[in-house]
Amino acid sequence: MTDSTPADDGWFAGADSDEPETAATAVRDGTADEPRDWPALAVESGFADDRDDYYDALRAATTAATAAAVTEREGADDRQLVHAVRAMDDCTRTANELAERLAEWAGTVDPDAGTGVDYARELAARDEPPAGQKPLVSLAERVVSLAEEADDLREYVERQTPTVAPNLAALAGPVLAARLLSLAGGLEELAKKPSGTVQVLGAEDALFAHLRGHAPSPKHGIIYTHDAVRGTHPDERGSAARALAGKLAIAARVDHYSGERKPELDAELEDRIETIQARTDDGGDGDE
Amino acid sequence: MSDLPDGVERRTFDGTDRLATRGDPVYGEPTDGEWRAWNPNRSKLGAMLELGMDTGLEGGETVLYLGAASGTTVSHVADFAGPTYAVEFAARPARDLLEAADSRPRLFPLLKDARKPATYAHVVESDVDVVIQDVATRGQARVALENAQFLADDGRLLLAVKARSEDVTREPSAIFDEVRDELADGYEILETRRLDDYHTDHLGIVARPR
Repeated sequence: MTDSTPADDGWFAGADSDEPETAATAVRDGTADEPRDWPALAVESGFADDRDDYYDALRAATTAATAAAVTEREGADDRQLVHAVRAMDDCTRTANELAERLAEWAGTVDPDAGTGVDYARELAARDEPPAGQKPLVSLAERVVSLAEEADDLREYVERQTPTVAPNLAALAGPVLAARLLSLAGGLEELAKKPSGTVQVLGAEDALFAHLRGHAPSPKHGIIYTHDAVRGTHPDERGSAARALAGKLAIAARVDHYSGERKPELDAELEDRIETIQARTDDGGDGDE
Repeated sequence: MSDLPDGVERRTFDGTDRLATRGDPVYGEPTDGEWRAWNPNRSKLGAMLELGMDTGLEGGETVLYLGAASGTTVSHVADFAGPTYAVEFAARPARDLLEAADSRPRLFPLLKDARKPATYAHVVESDVDVVIQDVATRGQARVALENAQFLADDGRLLLAVKARSEDVTREPSAIFDEVRDELADGYEILETRRLDDYHTDHLGIVARPR
């Protein structure tokens, strides 16, 4: 760094005060090992006439950079996620259905035929299928590509959910978070639901059976897939589901109304679930 | 009780005496002419001033503000200070921050991570007079230490420590002791005070670099 001038590290290096775009990009993507007296260096290098001029240019560049970054980060929106997770589930379901059909068909020509998507993969990978099995292999290929599509969509969901709903994604895991968004119809909708509703999202059939008066109330909906519920003794799952739903409802509200990541939510949930699970671990002398 | 910085005054709003600065309202706070009330319940720095902590602020300083969020506090700071760099990590609050910056020509919003100073050292100038920090993340002392490089030798760190961000399950006072110890690696602590009257489980710290 000794053979270059210190001003080369500044955001304004290479930018002209008339080119707000280049300057904004430099603000967003640039780095420096240490801060320097940038206003003085900028005046010295001729970028700005004086400090006031420098600060005016800095203001324009930082505002443009931040506005662009905010739009980009927020562009990853909840609607896209809802579509992606629904498409992912459709692909998975369809792949499984077709794999069943394939297994049934294959059983008639090959006594060693397996089942499921794994068998489809095996079949699709066969180099030279016996004559007459071509349609079978072709169907297997479709199954495999659907399963691959589902995997790609899952990756997309896992990547995008933390941007759209950072707290919900951290508490529920990205895929469950996206499913909750999908069931509620979006982040705003989820944020407006009481935690009791979040608790039974995905268990609507059981809920309405209960409301009609001939079934017990469901303890949990889709949140059953969360380790906090599944990893808890069945006697305490209702408590665990209630605690989890409460925290997820808060997380969705924070994500919608503030967008700030609140790591303490994770710890609070963990703490609460540990307490609940401890009731059954040590012989169920369960008070709190 | 120490003096308020120039540009911050106690004024009467609806019969109550409140801190106020001059600027466009940002979060629906009451106004009186060009003055707007500074709510200490929503601003840790506001609480530190309200409690009479000796912040050393005089008005007109160059400020690096870490954890600007929606701009509630940083807008008041920009009202009485000089050039103010506002660093915020989350996109959603940064959108509100941009609005607060609209009417404040020396407030520079930056969507950056306060834990990675190298990503904004090419923008924020050296030897700022004050670093104000209010970040809700684990390792708040470390953030303060890493950002000490921006501070002038006779500058001030005004830090609000949130105990619940470090560990929700432990006693806040134990966490505060740890933060104070860690901070001592780079700062001399001048004053500390619990902000519980306005913010539960927060500690206000005034320090200067060693």
